[in-house]
Amino acid sequence: MFQIKENAIEYDVCIVGSGAGGGMAAYTLAKAGAKVILLEAGPYYDPQDPKYITQLKWPYESPRRGANTNTRSFGDFDAAWGGWSLDGEPFTKVEGTHFEWFRSRMLGGRTNHWGRISLRFGPNDFKRKDIDGLGENWPISYDDIKPYYDKVDKLIGIFGSKEGIYNEPDGHFLPPPKPRLHELMFKKAAKNLNIPVIPSRLSILTKPINEERGSCFYCNQCWRGCQVYADFSSSSVLCKPAVKSGNVYLINDAMVREVLTNEQGLASGVSFIDRNTLEEHVVKAKIVILAASTCETARLLLNSKSSRFPNGLANSSNVVGKYLHDSTGASRSGFVPALMERQRYNEDGVGGMHVYTPWWLDNKKLDFPRGYHIEYWGGMGMPSYGFGWGIESLNGKIPLPDGSKHQAGGYGKSLKEDYHRFYGAYVGMAGRGEAIAKETDYCEIDPTVVDKFGIPVLRFNYNWSDYEIKQAKHMQDTFEEIIKNMGGIPLGDKPGASSNYGLAKPGEIIHEAGTARMGSDPKRSVLNAHNQAHDVKNLFVVDGAAFTSQADKNITWTILALSMRASEFIIDQKKRKNL
Amino acid sequence: MDRRDLLKALSLSPLATGLLFAGMDTAEAKELEQSLNESFPQPDKKYEFANGRTPEEQKRDEELMKQKFFTDRELKLISVLVDIIIPKDEKSGSASEAGVPAFIEFIAKDMPYIKIPLRGGLNWMDVQCLKMFNKKFLDCLESEQLQLIDKIAYPEKAETGMKPGVSFFSLLRNLTASGYFSSEIGIKYLGYKGNVPNKWDGVPQEVLNKFGLSYDPVYSKN
Repeated sequence: MFQIKENAIEYDVCIVGSGAGGGMAAYTLAKAGAKVILLEAGPYYDPQDPKYITQLKWPYESPRRGANTNTRSFGDFDAAWGGWSLDGEPFTKVEGTHFEWFRSRMLGGRTNHWGRISLRFGPNDFKRKDIDGLGENWPISYDDIKPYYDKVDKLIGIFGSKEGIYNEPDGHFLPPPKPRLHELMFKKAAKNLNIPVIPSRLSILTKPINEERGSCFYCNQCWRGCQVYADFSSSSVLCKPAVKSGNVYLINDAMVREVLTNEQGLASGVSFIDRNTLEEHVVKAKIVILAASTCETARLLLNSKSSRFPNGLANSSNVVGKYLHDSTGASRSGFVPALMERQRYNEDGVGGMHVYTPWWLDNKKLDFPRGYHIEYWGGMGMPSYGFGWGIESLNGKIPLPDGSKHQAGGYGKSLKEDYHRFYGAYVGMAGRGEAIAKETDYCEIDPTVVDKFGIPVLRFNYNWSDYEIKQAKHMQDTFEEIIKNMGGIPLGDKPGASSNYGLAKPGEIIHEAGTARMGSDPKRSVLNAHNQAHDVKNLFVVDGAAFTSQADKNITWTILALSMRASEFIIDQKKRKNL
Repeated sequence: MDRRDLLKALSLSPLATGLLFAGMDTAEAKELEQSLNESFPQPDKKYEFANGRTPEEQKRDEELMKQKFFTDRELKLISVLVDIIIPKDEKSGSASEAGVPAFIEFIAKDMPYIKIPLRGGLNWMDVQCLKMFNKKFLDCLESEQLQLIDKIAYPEKAETGMKPGVSFFSLLRNLTASGYFSSEIGIKYLGYKGNVPNKWDGVPQEVLNKFGLSYDPVYSKN
């Protein structure tokens, strides 16, 4: 590993984290000629390199046929390295509360295996406090970020359709793929209930946009990483070109300990440990950008204590770590007899839903304050570990063409035929909604526990409120209506109050945000309207930590737009000699 | 921390300077090196990123493959059972032809919490057969074997005393389905047509007609 000596060069910018925010900052600043050092805690990864490719592998190419392992939480072929628990890197919880924390340690981070759902925030999403008195407003409006959404659409590529819905702004879209059979059925059923079903908006190339990337060949495996770069991963789309420009020096396996400051109270660089050689390093930089993911960034700030910043760096507001919030999530599956024994054809499509439902109701008429969107699944997918699991709860209920029924469970030829006739007839849906960010939901530094590197770990404290639970109840009611309306049988028992209506545990949806929020009041926020720390003008945060609220829209597209905007602000400020 | 203090601290760090092993005997040093390796596993030079696996995953799977869990007799019993669950017919091969027994053994090693349910369930089967026919399962006639299986294959009508067998058989059925339908034989039997680069152009027209569905004009503007 290249060892940086104390008197080595001082970089223009040091970026911590190579995910959506860090990758975009590296890309944008490199293009402007800045000398950037990009530190990534995980190993190098390139979806194009056969060493790493899992795309297009058959399930039988793995002895566990795609089952989860403790190193691959979402299946043996999933691209994520890391997961719900990392060896030697624990975190703790305040008793009685709950938080699940997913960490991907690899170049590009979670953008390698995410769902590619790329939704712009709408005008209302920046001013929620004005609308319902809850939470806080962003210090920016949709008009401030719109030009950056436009640039991101064109730079990275996204498909969708122009719908003219006020709070679901249209983008610059590539053609959307035609819905699959079950999606057409969802659309028809939902229409009867006045629920809109429109083309989804995913960052997948249905047409080529440049020489460096290919276009989608519809294998429905985006989460495995794409060897032709047809979907958005920060590794392939941002980091690799950034390094190629010659202006970005990338160091992998670099676990940053803290941000360093000088006598003037400005950031002067970071210290990190090389995970392989265990050597300690110091990086000098004129500007420091944190994009280590929401909670890791908060952890870094809180661990960067000094006499000037006894409460952690950039934390005079005492807000770092607070207002942590994840999306709400609840789901239901169903079985549609009309889809049994249908014609076989390649139904893979893109790696995600071809249609979705944007929030369609008026919260003033409901008993919860914010909305959710609906995602859909189904189809004749590739079998893997878990196929047909639990058939005994269904095969006694579904009549055969002659009206007779099998006895639930069973064995032999008739069981084999049940698996065959049920294939492709399962469907499901999931809601992803907006939670209210609360000061009482937070992560802080555990006073006694350190990880194997000696870095103090995070302690979480998080409880859903009634708002989120009622929203989940509404989801379940909606899902059951839609499934029934399409001639389907909702599966299992309808989740009720005892399970919070199936509301996923905090952190399980992996959209956590808010721990270093933007705001116009330095007493109640960490960052100003340019992702710049109020207290430390050469320190920026461009990951999910910056989010004042997160809408019912997956936050990646907004992270990208804000990071590009903050990077251009830095370039502008440098020209004016303010930085 | 400001940078000056940090550099002072770093120069004292034993890991950075190797002072750790100065003045120690070989046995002590070796023990310490081992404990360091536990916290900070050094990449085994034998393994590198390959085939979509990390070095740690390759090492783990190689070691799992070497292990043996089921006895030959148990594997034979599993083979007979999975072929009862998914037999050969005119359309496709049997579970054992699709490699299901070896798959189940790997899963038992990979997910150790099913070791006892599986081994215990196999023994339970033998005990029931001894009670019913004075022979263990493999030594029974097929008609005798099916008599026992009929008591545990139908969860909704099984007697209370048979519930351990129901639980075991359901687990075995689930594992058999996982192993069968994720095999080449099983995938072909289901008729899955994907996992190949292609151009998706929507549901075939004859299927749309059958379901009385059609596409919005927005999709014709490609």
